[in-house]
Amino acid sequence: MLSTAALLANSTPAQLLPARELMAFTLASHILLVPFGVALPFITLLMHHRALRRNDPVALTLARRWSAVMAVQFAVGVVTGTVLSFEFGLLWPGMMGRWGDVFGLGFGIEAWAFFLEAVLIAIYLYGWRRLKPWTHFWLAVPLPLAALMGAFGIIAANSWMNTPRGFRLDAQGSPVAVDVRQAIFTPMFGPEYWHFVVAMLLTAGYVVAGVYAVGWLRGRRDRYHRLGFTVPFTVAAILTPVQFMLGDSAARAVFHKQPIKFAATEIVWKTDTHVPEYMFGRLHPDGTISGGIRIPQLDSILAGFSPDTKVTGLSSVAASDRPTATQATIAHWAFDIMVTIGSVLILLALWYGWCWLRRRDLPRSRWFFRCAAIAGVACLVTVECGWITTEVGRQPWIVYQHMRVSEAVTGTRAGSLWAMLGIVMVVYVAVFGSFLAVVLKMRTRWRIADEGLATARAEQPPETDTPYGPRSEPEPTTTGAESGGSDRTSGGAS
Amino acid sequence: MADLIAWVMVLAIAAYACAGGTDYGAGFWDLLAGGAERGKRPRWLIDHAMAPVWEVNNVWLIFILVIMWTGFPTMFQAVFSAMWLPLALAAVGLVLRGAGFALRKPTRRLSRQRIYGAAFAISSLLTPFFLGAVLGGIASGRVEVGTPASADAWANGTSVLVGLLAIAATAFLGAVFLCSDALRFGADDLVDHFRLRALIAFAAVVVLALIGLPVTHDDAPYVWDGLTRGPGLLLIVLAAVCGLATVLLVWRRSFGWSRHTSVASVALVVGAWGFAQRPYVLPTSLTVAEAAGADHTLRWLVIVTVIAILLVGPALVVLYRLDTMGELEELTDADTRAARAPGDNL
Repeated sequence: MLSTAALLANSTPAQLLPARELMAFTLASHILLVPFGVALPFITLLMHHRALRRNDPVALTLARRWSAVMAVQFAVGVVTGTVLSFEFGLLWPGMMGRWGDVFGLGFGIEAWAFFLEAVLIAIYLYGWRRLKPWTHFWLAVPLPLAALMGAFGIIAANSWMNTPRGFRLDAQGSPVAVDVRQAIFTPMFGPEYWHFVVAMLLTAGYVVAGVYAVGWLRGRRDRYHRLGFTVPFTVAAILTPVQFMLGDSAARAVFHKQPIKFAATEIVWKTDTHVPEYMFGRLHPDGTISGGIRIPQLDSILAGFSPDTKVTGLSSVAASDRPTATQATIAHWAFDIMVTIGSVLILLALWYGWCWLRRRDLPRSRWFFRCAAIAGVACLVTVECGWITTEVGRQPWIVYQHMRVSEAVTGTRAGSLWAMLGIVMVVYVAVFGSFLAVVLKMRTRWRIADEGLATARAEQPPETDTPYGPRSEPEPTTTGAESGGSDRTSGGAS
Repeated sequence: MADLIAWVMVLAIAAYACAGGTDYGAGFWDLLAGGAERGKRPRWLIDHAMAPVWEVNNVWLIFILVIMWTGFPTMFQAVFSAMWLPLALAAVGLVLRGAGFALRKPTRRLSRQRIYGAAFAISSLLTPFFLGAVLGGIASGRVEVGTPASADAWANGTSVLVGLLAIAATAFLGAVFLCSDALRFGADDLVDHFRLRALIAFAAVVVLALIGLPVTHDDAPYVWDGLTRGPGLLLIVLAAVCGLATVLLVWRRSFGWSRHTSVASVALVVGAWGFAQRPYVLPTSLTVAEAAGADHTLRWLVIVTVIAILLVGPALVVLYRLDTMGELEELTDADTRAARAPGDNL
């Protein structure tokens, strides 16, 4: 065992670790913004539609504020996304040089879709003031579709890395006879795509709703908070059970198409029937498992609906062709955390659905809102976990069973890569920190205005505020709000 | 088919040089706008002019990279291996620039605006320089398949010169566009401010190009030859004519056409470089045909490109039209109902 480990260590280039860490760090950061890029426009348009159809100024304010957040979020997402496309070349030139023409087209679709998204989002964000209300709305309607198309391209590329297809290897082992359609619609594509899209909608919904849940808990129980909570939360709640089914089918697809990855996520060591399911626990290099909750037979049942289902174990392939015990444990934990959070979210969605069916009203319990406030963060955790499961479970392959990560890595010295990682970490922490600070600051300013508005409402009827069209700069109520707001921020901004 | 894709790539580079270049130029003038008080008005104009279109302008870069790795994977691998450092620095510059610009707008505290503004402006200078240096290194034949990352590939006369030319050209584009933007937003005092700068930037481009002639003669002979004869020369001459026409138009304060001529001059230079480098993607070591990816992929890349042009083209036209007609305007505090918070300086 030790000798294989030593052999592996020797064949591993020194730049592999920093290259991996750099890719992992930039992707893990970028993926936190993706749900909002993909799904926030959709949720905002729902609110916008409501505002226009019912002539509802509260909904309109919400839609405008969300679009203001979207502007900053989208901009940061664009740059972190651009970095990723640079990193394909900077870190994994071996993969792009050899396989670029086989699986690159997915990125081509994504690039154009993203282009369209950037155009439409610019028109939407900057069209509020001068475009006619419904024209403005309809110009933005293709936005969620463009986002779906962009996700299509990215997931096509990633699912190809998991189940590569659409080429033959010649005598030198180079890909020939490329068939693009096969390379895009690989076996993992369908399950991965729908699981991803719904995850994005779910996450964006719960995060946005969570913001208003916090306000609700702090006693701001006005129509603004009610609406801001209900619309995104309903979207997310409806999709939660759907996501559970999709996740299950994705796991089953992994079981059939990537048995070793499945073995890693379920820490199955020996190929067998009647395989038990471990909740958490830790796999050791000798195949033993410590800790965790063992449920007999369950893994076989989950994989093939019968305890007689044969599950392939990690030990069925050479040690150099499978994730290490540590990697398997990481993938396993990520998978279990994702499933656990997903299951708890279903309970939350059912709670909401039950109250809505019985009373046509939000649940009254503070605990419901506490859970709803946490749901957004929990969803972001599941997004990270889902990505870790996919990527770590595939190790040591960058192109499953065709190219190892170590073969794809750049020849640049490890020292440069570590230095780069340091720079990128500092820059990203600064950028994401500033992003968060800016969004929180916007929220504070809006709240000050709303509270000022509440006191000023008595002498000023709300109809004076026409929702569309250019108007003079200063808001009549802001000056009054300023003095009243100063003591508020210190307590509320935390 | 490979030739067609190569030309699509040259067009995309031209589009990025013009659209993205204008933005970089705006950033350049932001950097030189002076202190918080003196630079307030130019910065206000730059913010207003860039905001609706800058993301779109930057997506061209992603598209260039995608065409590179899908259409010419070996060339992509070679360039990203040999040019590791400048490309990595350009990527960091892109993050600082984008984040700096995006975060400066909603910030209401002067000290923070300064920090974000500095990040935006400085990286507006560095990013085009490094991208230009990469192009210079490629044009001078320093990148071959298998070239390891080394400073020589990009820290040489040609690369530095092309990097500086990139900065000067973006400054020129930026100033020309800001002239008409100033007119459009009714900031008449800023018209002359940027008019002067457009002329200075053009002079800088000319000086750098003249210095470039002897420097690149021996250092990048293949491209030099291509640019001094045949279609390459023709496009360079046309570019020079367009550049001079821009100067004339800016001089006479007729800004209607100056945008188009300035864009044409930059695009024509990129096109001339495309002609000069034929049939190589990496001069004298890797031809377009050798670097090309699988036929089937290239065919589909053309199909995807055509569909995309049909989808994105009209949207892009609508965006630029709305923008130039002044229909696009940022949400104000009144629109989102925001109040001043303690500590805001604006």
